[in-house]
Amino acid sequence: MNVTSSVREPLINGGKTWADITNDICRQVEGKPSKSWIIAFTISVLLLGVGVFCVMYTWFVGIGVWGLNKTVGWAWDITNFVWWVGIGHAGTLISAILLLFRQKWRTSINRAAEAMTIFAVLCAASFILLHMGRPWLGHWALPLGNTYGSLWVNFNSPLVWDVFAISTYLTVSVVFWYIGLIPDLATIRDRATNKISRLIYGIMSFGWNGSAKDWSRFEAVSLVLAGLSTPLVLSVHTIVSMDFATSVIPGWHTTIFPPYFVAGAIFSGFAMVLTLMLITRKVFKMEDYITLAHIESMNKVITLTGSIVGVAYITEFFIAWYSGVEYEGYAFINRATGPYWWSYWAMMTCNVISPQLFWFRSVRRSILATFVLSIIVNVGMWFERFVIIVTSLHRDYIPSSWAYFSPTWFDIGDYANSFGLFFTLFLLFSKFLPVINMAEVKAILKSSGDVQTGHGKTGSAVSDKESVTHHS
Amino acid sequence: MSEVKSYLVGVFDDDDVLLDAIRSLREQGLKIVEAFTPFPIHGIDGALGLNRSRLPQVAFMFGATGLTCALTLQISTLGYDWPMNIGGKPHLAFPSFIPVSFELTVLFAALGMVGTFLLASGLGPGSQKTVFDPRSSDDKFILVFDPAKNDKFSLEEITSMLKTAGASEVNIKDIVEKH
Repeated sequence: MNVTSSVREPLINGGKTWADITNDICRQVEGKPSKSWIIAFTISVLLLGVGVFCVMYTWFVGIGVWGLNKTVGWAWDITNFVWWVGIGHAGTLISAILLLFRQKWRTSINRAAEAMTIFAVLCAASFILLHMGRPWLGHWALPLGNTYGSLWVNFNSPLVWDVFAISTYLTVSVVFWYIGLIPDLATIRDRATNKISRLIYGIMSFGWNGSAKDWSRFEAVSLVLAGLSTPLVLSVHTIVSMDFATSVIPGWHTTIFPPYFVAGAIFSGFAMVLTLMLITRKVFKMEDYITLAHIESMNKVITLTGSIVGVAYITEFFIAWYSGVEYEGYAFINRATGPYWWSYWAMMTCNVISPQLFWFRSVRRSILATFVLSIIVNVGMWFERFVIIVTSLHRDYIPSSWAYFSPTWFDIGDYANSFGLFFTLFLLFSKFLPVINMAEVKAILKSSGDVQTGHGKTGSAVSDKESVTHHS
Repeated sequence: MSEVKSYLVGVFDDDDVLLDAIRSLREQGLKIVEAFTPFPIHGIDGALGLNRSRLPQVAFMFGATGLTCALTLQISTLGYDWPMNIGGKPHLAFPSFIPVSFELTVLFAALGMVGTFLLASGLGPGSQKTVFDPRSSDDKFILVFDPAKNDKFSLEEITSMLKTAGASEVNIKDIVEKH
C-alpha cells in the first residue's frame, strides 16, 4: 500500500468514495449541456466563423493582406505559432514529466492539460500552414519524390527539423492522450443508459474491460510513453528556438535560446492550464478534485519557470554588451528603447515582475489572483515572441531598409481564428469526454483523499501544523 | 459455433482485500481466470503470477527501426541521391541529422509500442471484450473463475472460499463464447 506523509495536503476533498468520483466526473458527460456551456460554445463557434473567413481570405489573396513588409517578413504568424506551441508544452510536462517524478497532483489535471496540448499544437500548425502563403504546397516540406526529379528537402535546415518535431509531437500527444482515455471511456460505456451512447462510447473505448493483464500492459505503455514524451517535449521547443538561433540576425543568434525557450514554454503553458482549469472547476463544480493544493503547485512551477525566463532576459542583455558586437548590442538597446519599447516593457512587466507575486502564499492560494496573473503571463509570453521576432527584424544591418510593422485586420482575424478553434475544441472535449482522469484519481484516493488520510471533513482547511500534532 | 459457458464471479469492495484474497485463494489451489479492476493495482501482477510486460522491449525495437530509417533517409537523399552544395558544407553533416533522427526514433517507438499493445490485448474500434460485471469499471474489483478448470472444488466450496476471503458477492455469469 502507498503511504503518504500526513503533513501532505489531501488532493481529493469532500470525503469522496470511488463511486462518487465516477458519478461526479461522468455527470457533465451524461447530462444535457448547461446554459453556460451553450453560451460559451456559441461564442467560440461565431469567433471561429469570423476567423475562418479571415483565413480563407488570406489563402485566397495571399499573405500580402498582413502588415508584413520587405524588412519584417515574419510577424504575428510566427509569434502566434511559437506562442501556441509553447502553451502546449505544459500538458506534456504534467502528463509525462510529473508521471516520471511520481507527482500525484498531476492526476486531476493531466487529462484536460493534454487536451489543451493537442488543441494548442493544432492552432500552432494552422499558422505554419498559413505563413507558407500557398498552403496547398505544404507537402513540399516533406521528403517526398516530386516532379523535379529526386530533389529532396534540406535536412540541414531547422525549418525541416521543425516539421518533423511538430508532427511527431502532435502524433505522440494524441496517442498518449487517447490511450489514457480508454479506461474512462469504458466506464462511461458501462454506465450508459441509452443505446446510442453505449454504441459510440463502446467503439471509442476499444472494448476495454479492465483485466489485470491489460492494466499491466497499460501501465508499461504509459511509463514508456512518458519516458519518450519527456525528451520529445524538450526537443520540440529546442528546435523551435533553433529556427531563430541558427540564423545570423542579431537578437536571434544566441546559444541561450533552447533552454530559455523551453522554460518560457512551460511558463506560459502552466498559465494557460490555470486559466482553463479555474473556469472548468467552477463551471463543472470540480472544486473537490482541483483543489487549492493543485493551484498552489502549479503557481510554484510558474514562479520557477518565470524566474528562469527573467534570468535569461538579463543574461541576453549582458551578453549582447559583453560580446562587443555592435550589431548585437544595438539590437538589445533598440528592443528596450526603440520604437517597440512598449512591447519590451510589457514583456518584462508581465513575465519577470508579475509572477514574483507568487512568493506570497496568500497570492498563490487566491483563485482570483491566480486567474488574473495567469492571463497576464500569457499576454507577456505573447509579447516575448513578438519582441524576439519583430524588434530583431525591423532594424537590421542597413539603416536604409529599416521599417515598422503594424498589424492589419487580417493579422488580428487570423489570430482570432486560432482562439475560435481552440475554445471550440476544448468545449467539445469538456462536454463529451471526462475532463478528469477517473481511473488515476481513483488510484490515489486511498493515499491522498481527505477522509482516507485522516484530514476529516474539514479537508484543506486543516493547516500543516494541526495535522502534524494530530498524528504525533 | 457458439456455446454458453458459466463463470463464477467474485465481487470485492476493496483493492487491498482483493490482493490478499488472490494470494490466499491461489495458495489454496484455486485457478483464477482473470481479475478486473477499475484502476491499476500495484502488486496485482505478482499476486496473480503474471509475467512482466515485454512491451518496453518492443518499444526499443521500434525505436531502433525508426533511427535506422531516419539515418537511411537522410544519408541516402542528401549524401548520394542528390548531393547539394549548401554553403560548401559537407554533404553528410551528421550533427544536423540529429533532430530528425531523434524525432523519428520517438515516433516509431511510440506508435509501434501502442500498436503492439492494442494487438496483444485485442483492443481496437469495434472490439468487445467480455465485461463480467459492469461495476468493475466503477468501484468494484472482480475475480473470475472457470468451474471446469477448478474441478477439485464444487461450486459451493469455491463460493464459501471466496466469501471467507472477503468477497461481498459471488455470482454466476453465463457468457456466450464464439468458436
